[in-house]
Amino acid sequence: MRYIPNTPDDRSAMLRDIGVSSLEELLAPIPADLRLKRPLDIADGKSEWDVRREVMELAAMNQSAMNRACFMGAGSYDHYVPAAVDALGMRSEFVTAYTPYQPEVAQGTLQVIYEFQSMICELYDMPAANASLYDCGTALSEAISMARAHTKRSRIVWSEAVNPAYRRVAETNSVAQGVKFDCARCPDGHQSHEAISMLLGDDVAALVVQYPNFFGVIDDLRKLVASAHANGSLVIFVTDPMAMGVLMSPGKLGADIVVGEGQPLGNYMSFGGPYLGLFAATNELVRLMPGRIVGVTKDVDGRRGYVLTLQTREQHIRRDKATSNVCTNQGLIAARATFYLSMLGPQGLREIGETSARLTRYMQLAMSKVPGFHQPHKGPHLREFLMSVPGSAEEFVIFMAARGILAGVPLTRMGLNDERGLLVALTEKRSVEEIDSYVQGATEWTQGGGK
Amino acid sequence: MSRDVKALQSESPLIFEQSKSGRVGYQVPQAPTSLPAFEAPAGLARETAPRLPEVSENIAVRHYVNLSVRNHHIDRDFYPLGSCTMKYNPKINDEMSGLPGFAGLNPWQSPRSAQGALQLMWELSQSLLEVTGMDAITLQPAAGAQGEFTALLMFRAYHQKNGNVRKRIVIPDSAHGTNPASIVLAGYGVTQLPSDENGLMDIEALKRTLDEDVAGLMITNPNTLGLFETKIAKIIDLVHEAGGLVYMDGANLNALMGISRPGDMGFDACHMNLHKTFSTPHGGGGPGSGPVAIKEKLAKFLPVPVLVKKGDQALWDWDRTDSIGSVHTFYGNFGMLVRALTYIKSLGGNGLRAISENAIINANYLRKKLSPAYQIHIDRACMHEAVFSGSNQKAKGVRTTDIAKRLLDFGIHPPTVYFPLIVPECLMIEPTESESKEMLDEFVDVMLRIDREAGESPELLKHAPYTTPVRRLDEAGAARNLNIRYHGND
Repeated sequence: MRYIPNTPDDRSAMLRDIGVSSLEELLAPIPADLRLKRPLDIADGKSEWDVRREVMELAAMNQSAMNRACFMGAGSYDHYVPAAVDALGMRSEFVTAYTPYQPEVAQGTLQVIYEFQSMICELYDMPAANASLYDCGTALSEAISMARAHTKRSRIVWSEAVNPAYRRVAETNSVAQGVKFDCARCPDGHQSHEAISMLLGDDVAALVVQYPNFFGVIDDLRKLVASAHANGSLVIFVTDPMAMGVLMSPGKLGADIVVGEGQPLGNYMSFGGPYLGLFAATNELVRLMPGRIVGVTKDVDGRRGYVLTLQTREQHIRRDKATSNVCTNQGLIAARATFYLSMLGPQGLREIGETSARLTRYMQLAMSKVPGFHQPHKGPHLREFLMSVPGSAEEFVIFMAARGILAGVPLTRMGLNDERGLLVALTEKRSVEEIDSYVQGATEWTQGGGK
Repeated sequence: MSRDVKALQSESPLIFEQSKSGRVGYQVPQAPTSLPAFEAPAGLARETAPRLPEVSENIAVRHYVNLSVRNHHIDRDFYPLGSCTMKYNPKINDEMSGLPGFAGLNPWQSPRSAQGALQLMWELSQSLLEVTGMDAITLQPAAGAQGEFTALLMFRAYHQKNGNVRKRIVIPDSAHGTNPASIVLAGYGVTQLPSDENGLMDIEALKRTLDEDVAGLMITNPNTLGLFETKIAKIIDLVHEAGGLVYMDGANLNALMGISRPGDMGFDACHMNLHKTFSTPHGGGGPGSGPVAIKEKLAKFLPVPVLVKKGDQALWDWDRTDSIGSVHTFYGNFGMLVRALTYIKSLGGNGLRAISENAIINANYLRKKLSPAYQIHIDRACMHEAVFSGSNQKAKGVRTTDIAKRLLDFGIHPPTVYFPLIVPECLMIEPTESESKEMLDEFVDVMLRIDREAGESPELLKHAPYTTPVRRLDEAGAARNLNIRYHGND
């Protein structure tokens, strides 16, 4: 048993010292009829090599973006992860520590979180950020709770241009809270002032917008934000952090709360988790924030140090009066985002935004020339756009997979009723050659290659 | 004071304070210049760049390596945090979760193109169901607290389906703080019951509170005093008779594997913390993973998508009318699932039982060896953790906080302190199976020495620690003069 240091002799000696004749005496509090009277039906333990071989076989059954051109996004993006992020992210000191309950011996974790909070504030131009939440869907849920607590109102307005997966999580988490959700349609892929503002009313706690939106469109939301504020509602932005090198920040656009998915910041797609819920808010809302927050203080010798702060919001103190039941953050994932952003710097962030957007524009132009493929949404896109495939998007994806291309995310996989809809995303990892190969494949598809 | 301590105690600069305009740490692949330029829509271009640090790659690496050594961690030394199960995190687990075939998987991929990932989740599910004795499972919850909440939403849906959503959930006063917080989020009131003189659930008090308003009971077993709830079968029967459901907080499952199963005890649902029992790393506070296993009667309420098997293919089932919805954007913390299954494959069924047996022996050994100096709260065999009160030391003028801080000077992480709330000056010690007898003996020596110091020189303890990167920190000051982000020199 390679993870258990005590030998049979150690155990005998220890049982003797405890004052019992056998382990059985220690198990006496468990009534006999509640004991499992057979071994667990789980295969015997294996050598590390055998385990490795079995798990590698499972991994090899997957079509991974590591050796394919990945055009899939919809909340999970194939950005490059620098080797230094992996190297730092594998250090035991970060990996095998726990929540910083004893700050004197957790200054590494605490300072990293403080730097993380500072970077998230910078990206979004917001005064305050927490230490992170589970993922964007749960961050949105918490933002909605916070808006309700602040406004004492109970209705939420959003649109189809907010990622349906995030909306589903927020609806589930609010099911017991008597929250009403009104969703505006977005037939042209835009969050239009007309369609959305007509849903506002004096019972609306928050307007939720996505920027750039779920379809990759960069909406000008300023008028909408003004309408929501005039209505006494808060505005929650769902914002891709990778857009923050090139697009005006939510803070400047008037956001009260900003949430985002931090996976693109130095973390792998990893089949949807672990991810990183980013959460930032105005100063006015800080004391209603969910989750861990790290603050600066001094030690008895006057040295700068870091501690978990505003803990009176939290469940271990407030119990049933807490602002949230969250008791951890995504520590290691937040740390990786911090390592990544420190190396990326303002210039890297801008260049990734620009490169992704230019490749996207290039692909949009090229695909507009392929007969049968339509792009239903006009206007500026950042790094993702919707295509209407001649035929079934699912079948097109299978056709393209044979060419080593993960062609995008069919909208039907998100429960949307559009068999032709295919959401296509580009990161800085995509090359002109890969895009040309995609266009070539699409052309062959239209010529009947897929039939 | 040694040179090492002096170096460690010098103030650590922020990454922002090492920034210099023009330094870069990462070179972005460039698109050919022939491609169209990007222009943000009018008025929506970023005007002022975010003030991220400008450092080279090696400056960043050195900075974070130097920060890392300011952490205590399980690979370095003993970490007996009660209820947190700080066991060894095998290295192979991390490597497996990083395999390109897993790390490079987009969550929207079709089941056909991600069959290995789905098979892995299926196999893990089957193993966890065997350990818990339950019928069905969701791997979505990203942490224990989210698992609790997920199960409570299923309880709610179950009662709603039966025509009466009910009003209250009962917990003992020894419950984790997340229990009442989750209950409120699930729309229920909290009824807290005092524990009896043996540290167990008070059955008479339970009987008095049970009525048609009670939606269920949440209870940790072994409880947070490290004690097995000996009358758990009776407790569960009583709640069931009153029409309620019973949830086991599985934080302490490390005591039970292969020995006793929540499903066989009669529980309707339980979560397990993969980051405790199944060795996935704690990561400085996450990511965790808190799968929820349930009995058949709750299966139709499981969050979507539900993993099912058709023939030998694993698939997602989204078509579940009674589902509570989704609690995670995707399928949970998949990387943690890879680690947990790797662990289970390494240990096997007998290995899992050996884990629990050794955890129990280690905890009882500490209970016995420390009890001459520290007051054991309930003097009977414990399971995987032993709970003491620092009241003997308090009589000498030393608080449990002081004991905890003094431990830091010996390179040992303190136990969980001041929890459960019902034990005065509480010290909750969970050694786990990972520690050797030698390590436990060393810990005992240190604890006995600290007890002597409490009598001889209490002031020494009150000002500890002395050798850590920083010494006692002004926590009240941090909340009063709130500074939660770097503002630069402006």
